[in-house]
Amino acid sequence: MGTVLRRLLLALPIAFGVSVVCFALVYIAPGDPLQTIVPPDATQATIDAVKHAYGLDKPLVVQYLIWLWRVLHGNLGTSISTTRPVALEVMLALGNTMRLVALAMPAALIVGYAMGVAAARFPGGWIDRAVTGIAVVGVSLPNYWVGVVLVILCAVQWSLLPATGMGSGHAALLSWESLRFMILPSISLALIPMGIIARSTRACVLDLASHDFVLTLRAKGMSESTVTRHVLRNALPQVIAIVGLQFGYLMGGSILVETVFSWPGSGFLLGRAIQNRDVPLLQGTVLVLAMIFVATNLLVDLLQVRLDPRLRRG
Amino acid sequence: MNSLPEPVADRGGPAQPLLIARDLRKYFPLGGGARVHAVDGVSFSIAKGETLGIVGESGCGKSTLARLLMQLMPRDAGELILDGDPVGGPHGISVAAMRRQVQMVFQDSASSLNPRLPVQDSVAFGPRVHGRSRSAALEVARAALRQVHLDPALIGPRYPHELSGGQKQRVNIARALAIGPRMVVLDEAVSALDKSVQAQVLNLLVQLRRDLDLTYMFISHDLAVVRHISHRVLVMYLGQVMEVGPVAQVFAAPRHPYTRALLASRPSMDPARRTETLAISGDPPNPVDLPPGCRFAPRCPHAEAVCTAANPALAGGADHLAACLIQVPGSGHSQAPGLEAAA
Amino acid sequence: MAEGMSIAPAALPAAPGARRRRNTYWGEVGGKLIRQPGAMLGAAMLAVIVLAAIFAPWIAPFDPNKGSILMRLKPFFFRGHLLGADELGRDMLSRLIWGGRISLAMGVVPVLIAMLIGGALGLTAGFGGKLANTLIMRVMDVFYAFPSVLLAVAIAGAMGGGLIDGMIALTLVFIPPMCRVAESATAQVRNLDFIEAARATGAGGFSIVRHHVIGNVLGPVTVYASSLISVSVLLSAGLSFLGLGVQPPTADWGLMLSTLVPSIYVVPWVCALPGAAIFLTSIAFGLLSSGLRAAMDMRGA
Repeated sequence: MGTVLRRLLLALPIAFGVSVVCFALVYIAPGDPLQTIVPPDATQATIDAVKHAYGLDKPLVVQYLIWLWRVLHGNLGTSISTTRPVALEVMLALGNTMRLVALAMPAALIVGYAMGVAAARFPGGWIDRAVTGIAVVGVSLPNYWVGVVLVILCAVQWSLLPATGMGSGHAALLSWESLRFMILPSISLALIPMGIIARSTRACVLDLASHDFVLTLRAKGMSESTVTRHVLRNALPQVIAIVGLQFGYLMGGSILVETVFSWPGSGFLLGRAIQNRDVPLLQGTVLVLAMIFVATNLLVDLLQVRLDPRLRRG
Repeated sequence: MNSLPEPVADRGGPAQPLLIARDLRKYFPLGGGARVHAVDGVSFSIAKGETLGIVGESGCGKSTLARLLMQLMPRDAGELILDGDPVGGPHGISVAAMRRQVQMVFQDSASSLNPRLPVQDSVAFGPRVHGRSRSAALEVARAALRQVHLDPALIGPRYPHELSGGQKQRVNIARALAIGPRMVVLDEAVSALDKSVQAQVLNLLVQLRRDLDLTYMFISHDLAVVRHISHRVLVMYLGQVMEVGPVAQVFAAPRHPYTRALLASRPSMDPARRTETLAISGDPPNPVDLPPGCRFAPRCPHAEAVCTAANPALAGGADHLAACLIQVPGSGHSQAPGLEAAA
Repeated sequence: MAEGMSIAPAALPAAPGARRRRNTYWGEVGGKLIRQPGAMLGAAMLAVIVLAAIFAPWIAPFDPNKGSILMRLKPFFFRGHLLGADELGRDMLSRLIWGGRISLAMGVVPVLIAMLIGGALGLTAGFGGKLANTLIMRVMDVFYAFPSVLLAVAIAGAMGGGLIDGMIALTLVFIPPMCRVAESATAQVRNLDFIEAARATGAGGFSIVRHHVIGNVLGPVTVYASSLISVSVLLSAGLSFLGLGVQPPTADWGLMLSTLVPSIYVVPWVCALPGAAIFLTSIAFGLLSSGLRAAMDMRGA
């Protein structure tokens, strides 16, 4: 329990730092921060009201505290381009992103893990060489370009799947009608994490297999499947750490992939914020995504502690 | 003349010790208020041209003592006097001035040379720091390498990994010489070398001491090596001095039970000379929780109740002292001479 | 010693040795690099890409910014246009060659600047005592808490998103990992005996860092920086793709990809070309980097 508490406390300064960086985004934008957060056609009354509400005539520290107070109450400001609350925009978009991630992440994990284990089972075999090759090429693969190529193949050349969008939105979540829109973006998102998970799993399993306890298990006459089960269980904490990192990669990658597929998620929202120079929308989206990443890392940390007794003392 | 820097001129004359250490102390704090007593009230002096050997088991504070002398770590208490001048403090000479006169050779010849620099640059670094031009420093480095019998043209441009252990240690000695020191602290300087190479380096050290009028503090756990090179020897145990005296006397007639045990524990080539004295058993006590009284008492075959009462001071003859109650007349130890015997 | 003086002229033969040593470590690494087929493949690819970018004015068959309505969206080999023409009728091959200039600069320059700044911060953190370490590394931790694409997009997006803004954003993204690598390399060196030996000669901290630490930190930092370039090429093209780089009509691979995407139904594979250029450049840097890592691994840091 002490470990859990300590990890929680360690994450707090990080979360604080992340909030400061996000707060600063408005101030690194060119020009007066006031002009950055009010629409260009705002009336003088609106400008004055915003100026007062944000404390823009007060010192920076006070401005930050006012901003933090609002954020903690779920108020992320107002989008300049849509004049809707940023929190609402982000929540709607986030749901769509999570739909993609919910498809891409397990796919990347299962396929990547299976490939890694298969490669480690027969080192030097064709699966192993393929996994190693994919890992080398995969890290240099721009996921947005993978998306474009997939669209060219599956939508333009073979007309199998829709190229962009997410359909009518009325179809049931798990129906083919809505799933078919998700397949290409999910593959674009999942491909690179899959390669990395495969490579890491392979390295991890190979490393564990060389440990003495595996030799002991074999010496005791355990069946190969029992040995494999022991190895995989020991590999799990490290795999979870990789998955946590890849989750962050997926969220980052979604920015570009969603833009390619016009998938109305948080990444697409960021793209829109950039195109419309909508800094409040940018700030809010970045803050929420970064905080999700911080929370994921914390969760991974805690899971690892739970699964690996050696970390509990630390 | 060689082109090594001239050492700082002698000031106090031959009678004044080159280095006096008074009551040096260094404690390393551990968590929860506990401290390791690494060096605990060590005093000694080294005469000019002398080699003082320092022996003891690993962990007895030898290396910490060397680092205190070199000011590589601050001392918690005590005084260092170099040729009459206190080191540090308002009236003393600066640490930089002291390092101009005292140099050190480290134990691990492999990690004590920068792997990315040709060895001549490592040797030239000292003179560079002390204000010589690049070419002048390199010239000094070459002279220093010659001084340790290495061919500067052949060895100088090489990298440490291209040299043997003995060559690396010679380079380390050359690096110390390149400053033109009066005294060199040798911290286990030959311990990592093969026996045959060890002998060569030891002979080189003896020759250098004579040729360059050096003074050595020679730290080692190897009694035979210390006996070979030292004039006097100081025995340390758990951060304190157990015995100090001329090397012949200490080895022939050790006065402290710890020294006796230490001498007995070394292998003898002559079966007839193998003593029946009990070698030390067990490990040194944890230097964190020190026993009250004599630090050696828990492992000492002669320990009595009085030994655990107070920490004995160095006592005994004129220049051969031991910190043992047996040496103190009337101390209450059953083996100590009576008071009348002293009178 | 008299012999010392008499040998002094013999110091002259040491001069070639002195020259030899300048090349020895990095020369050795270079020698090992040349013997690696993967690294050499990467180097060859890179040579083609970089030379093409440098000599673009002489190599490019057409003016990259001159198009014609009649030539819009033409397939491969169309009337002398080897790789077709884009949505404004400009020659694709010429634009790809010219685009390498901005794309390479935007990929490489931020890593180099981050290497300098992050390296200096890492050295300071690793050698400047506990307070400096805590201060610097905790700030780095915060930037680490962002996925790199998100941080780059956030900063470039907030700043307005020109070429310079994009490069600043990328530099800021790469400083923390660079700093971490430099810090851990410094921490490893810091505890070695030769640093203590250098202190015993009376050298100050700055002089020790300059002569004894940097040389030992440079290796790991260079390897890491070279691996970052591969990432940086992807990331910078991604920023351009989102409109956070150069503005049209300047040729740049990321920007070209984004303006061509709407035309994939007309000339699909022409539209995919800029992405292929990004991919090949990144993989060329990646191959070279892993070769470099292997070459420097032979003998520890």
